[in-house]
Amino acid sequence: METEILARIQFAFTVAFHYIYPPLSIGIGLIMVIMEGLYLKTGNKHYEVLTRFWLKIFAITFGIGVATGIIMEFEFGTNWSVYSRYVGDIFGSALAAEGLFAFGLESAFLGVLIFGWNRVSPKVHFISAIGVFLGSMFSAVWIVVANSWQQTPAGYHIVGEGFNARAEVTDFWAMVFNPSSVDRIIHVWQGAFLAGTFLVLSVHAYYLLKGRYVEISKKAFKIALTVATIFSLTQLVSGHSSAEGVAENQPAKLAAMEGHYETSGAADLYLLGWVDDENQEVTGLKVLGGLSFLLHQDFEAPVTGLNAFPKEDRPTQVNAVFQFYHIMISIGMFLIGLTLYACFLWWRGKLFEKKWLLKIFAISVLLPQIANQAGWFAAEMGRQPWIVYGHLRTSEGFSQEVSSNQILFSLILFLVIYTLLFLLFIYSLNKKIKHGPHDEAENALDII
Amino acid sequence: METFLGIDYPTLWYLVVGLLFSGYAILEGFDYGAGSWHLFFKKDLSRRIAINAIGPLWDANQVWLIIGGGALFAGFPVMYATMLSAMYVPFMIFLMLLVLRSAAIKFRSAEEMTWWRKTWDIIYFTSNTLISFLLGVVLANILQGFEIGENFSYQGGVFFSFLSPYAIMVGFTTLSIFMTQGAIFLLLKTEGRLHARLTFLLKKAMIFFILSFVITSFYTLIYLSGVTDKFKENPVFFILPVLAFLAVANVPRLVSKKKYAHALVFSSLTMAFLLMLVAFQLYPVLLPSTINPEYSVTIYNAASSQKSLGIMLTIVVIGAPLLAGYFLFLYKTFHGKVKLDDTSY
Repeated sequence: METEILARIQFAFTVAFHYIYPPLSIGIGLIMVIMEGLYLKTGNKHYEVLTRFWLKIFAITFGIGVATGIIMEFEFGTNWSVYSRYVGDIFGSALAAEGLFAFGLESAFLGVLIFGWNRVSPKVHFISAIGVFLGSMFSAVWIVVANSWQQTPAGYHIVGEGFNARAEVTDFWAMVFNPSSVDRIIHVWQGAFLAGTFLVLSVHAYYLLKGRYVEISKKAFKIALTVATIFSLTQLVSGHSSAEGVAENQPAKLAAMEGHYETSGAADLYLLGWVDDENQEVTGLKVLGGLSFLLHQDFEAPVTGLNAFPKEDRPTQVNAVFQFYHIMISIGMFLIGLTLYACFLWWRGKLFEKKWLLKIFAISVLLPQIANQAGWFAAEMGRQPWIVYGHLRTSEGFSQEVSSNQILFSLILFLVIYTLLFLLFIYSLNKKIKHGPHDEAENALDII
Repeated sequence: METFLGIDYPTLWYLVVGLLFSGYAILEGFDYGAGSWHLFFKKDLSRRIAINAIGPLWDANQVWLIIGGGALFAGFPVMYATMLSAMYVPFMIFLMLLVLRSAAIKFRSAEEMTWWRKTWDIIYFTSNTLISFLLGVVLANILQGFEIGENFSYQGGVFFSFLSPYAIMVGFTTLSIFMTQGAIFLLLKTEGRLHARLTFLLKKAMIFFILSFVITSFYTLIYLSGVTDKFKENPVFFILPVLAFLAVANVPRLVSKKKYAHALVFSSLTMAFLLMLVAFQLYPVLLPSTINPEYSVTIYNAASSQKSLGIMLTIVVIGAPLLAGYFLFLYKTFHGKVKLDDTSY
């Protein structure tokens, strides 16, 4: 038991830490491609300055993302050996595709993107930026496919028994397009776009508040605001579609997300609340029959509750799943309101006049990050007690041959090194932002 | 069992994995090797040039490890799971050193303070050196075999049992060949006094390599029974150690003629031949069991299904030319001596 808990804590810690960075890279990558594209199209130096500035921040986030990602790749084997043997046949081909198609593309073009300004033409440089951005998008695809297969297995059969049991691919495309992959990939991409664009919004809101780099910051802010508004709204659509998928394929997870115990009668939708798992009660603000309506367009329709499942087959941390899920949704709603209001002001020509709004944008960089983390915690804790939904339990998946002392040793090392890495990240990010983009301009006075 | 060109799928995948890890050893070999020379350069400018020599390349080179690991997981999940969980401690140390190394490259030149740069220089040197050493240690452990029982369960020691004398010897040999590779790569990338110093250092590296190689070879022949069995059956494969020797012997000649790119090719060939030697010796075993040969992990009992291997071989056939194209473009762009500019580390 102790080994299992330690292995889970270590995996959760390392993957949550990792997940700070790739979404930022994907989101900043998108903005960077737009900025460089505008530069090539208009020839306006401001866009070049912005591209060069954001490239520097992109380089740090990308680097930490890769370094912490390699650990994830090997941690399946070190800490989850039973699981790895079980899913290798399925997971493996996705991982192989990810390595060859995604990582090869992004890392080779990354060198040209960062160090190649003076070595290649602007066009080739722009192509490199697109290459890196597409590579990062592809890498999200394959890992989310693999994770989605754990949630909603498809295109496989189970071979062997007991210790030698494992899943084998019968239909590659059914495995890739398993019931939850598409919804989740889109949801993850959009979450990543929001993470990146809100960093861009935050930094340029900060400059506008300080009265520095006003001209270029207005340009950057408008680009990022456009992207953020679009994806805040579409995220609602993909989120809804995802929830419908969960209701169909993982009803116990959905029930935990809403703290819904009894199947009979209408299911309520909570805006916020607290789950008392012992007494099976939820206290909070709710829309009566709201969940029934969202899933079946009928306020009375029954929704499968937690009690429909044996105790050992449903998530144990119902309140945690509920809270993480609701944190994600609340932030999503807030981001929609915030971006729409900012767009309204933009339309009225008053976007940069309200200081309080810029202040909110300056701190709201944390919100998509929190939402992304909370969403994954809800998804993965809601998947419990399964590591492969309906087939293999988490308690059966860890490496039996690894002792708890070994994991304690590595967990402490991770804590120390990742704390150091995080401090370095914040420090250098802060330094680059405080310093600003004027190194990038030939005539610094032009942009200040 | 399905075959292609008369070779069964697990064997083909064994070759793919072997190719990927050889690529990793050759490319990251010069990256890690260059890092192991770091503290031998005294001036800050020399250290910056050495880091920027690998600057645009190391991230791409590292992809070979990522793809290699993925290929092992995909094709031989049992091997991937058994080896990583049995060698938990060395792999965890290896992974954390990789993180520290990346951090050192990114952050070392970000500040001007002497203490800052000195600290990162030490971290950079140490992580590169220990990574090279640990890779050798892992290789030696695979050659020696693990205490694997029934159902691939590891029954050996947990913390430091991976550090046998043989493993330490192979660790030093790996370090020495990476340092040779790294010195040649830096010769290709540097000019002036740093270049002259590297010519001198390369000689030391070659002596270091030849010494550790000879000692390790004799130790292998004398103490590791069974290692030569395969060669007695197929004497034609004695050509591999001979080729490895010829390739390494060619390096000083090419360096004295200032043909550094050629020298790099030949030191890479040395590595490739040595890895082929290991691969040939092991085949079809991936991880020998020291308890009972029946329990060994082989390419057949560790392999994914035929269907999965077929899919992955298709992915490789499509992906490999793409990867080669990217690398060609990258290396062409950064061909030539290091020139520091405002984007450098």
